[in-house]
Amino acid sequence: MKVAVVVFPGTNCEQDVHHVYGRLLKQEAFPVWHRETDLKGADVVVLPGGFSYGDYLRTGALAKLSPVMNAVKAHAEAGGKVVGICNGFQILCESGLLPGVLLENVGRRFLSRFVNIRVESTASFFTSGMTAGDVITCPIAHFQGNYFAEQPVLDDLEKRGQVVFRYCDKQGNVRPDDRGLNVNGSCRAIAGISNRAGNVVGLMPHPERAVESLIGFVGGASGLTPFQPAA
Amino acid sequence: MKYQVLVRLKPGVLDVQGKAVENGLKDKKFDAIRNVRVGRVIELEVDGVAAPEAKAQVDEVCKLLLANPVIEQYEIKEVA
Repeated sequence: MKVAVVVFPGTNCEQDVHHVYGRLLKQEAFPVWHRETDLKGADVVVLPGGFSYGDYLRTGALAKLSPVMNAVKAHAEAGGKVVGICNGFQILCESGLLPGVLLENVGRRFLSRFVNIRVESTASFFTSGMTAGDVITCPIAHFQGNYFAEQPVLDDLEKRGQVVFRYCDKQGNVRPDDRGLNVNGSCRAIAGISNRAGNVVGLMPHPERAVESLIGFVGGASGLTPFQPAA
Repeated sequence: MKYQVLVRLKPGVLDVQGKAVENGLKDKKFDAIRNVRVGRVIELEVDGVAAPEAKAQVDEVCKLLLANPVIEQYEIKEVA
């Protein structure tokens, strides 16, 4: 599996993603600079986290104009796999590849902490190797992670199984009004979504930072699981 | 041509910045002040293009980049 890791000015999680695909999963992973227009035959395109363009104007807004995004859109439209993590999720929303937008956290704080997320749908490529109801623990680190879309859009996402992850407690209970769980105030506690076809996924948490046994991630579903190539 | 673009959150979209400003003022005895909403003014010039086309370009840029229609609305004002 070939994995293109897109790097914008201000991206800062590309090494973490590269570590997961290249070193842990032994896949062919390579960086693609945002001015490039060729994804070099990638099967999976990753938009990693960071602060592309310094988050100027709105998070992800300027990145959508980068030359590489035409190639990412073409890849997605042809059914190619794309995952955006954190800032990458914000870029996918701004680009129109995913519906909705990420607003500032309700508590007006940058949140850097662990959260639990529950797998809601296994229809997306990113969760196809997981089981609905699986809970994984991984970090978040964001100021704009509050997922927002109009009610009809949210209803549609639910109906079509496009809600991929929700914030929950350790046992997998979801309580959208509980700020201890839905820490950024996202609509319906949504932590990640997919497009209709399931080949484009965006999520705010960082599963790529929850992959090493050294820091306690062993056994069961972990942050590593969604990155595994399809069997 | 010079233009001012006013971008603001649509009514009903939670304005976290506005809330922060409002809460800050409460502590300074301005507790009668309510519903603070923070927007953004973007100034830009369009050179060597006739007025209707210039404004059309600004409008296009608003839709493409300056405002996100999911959460924001915008107004374009000609200033000179």
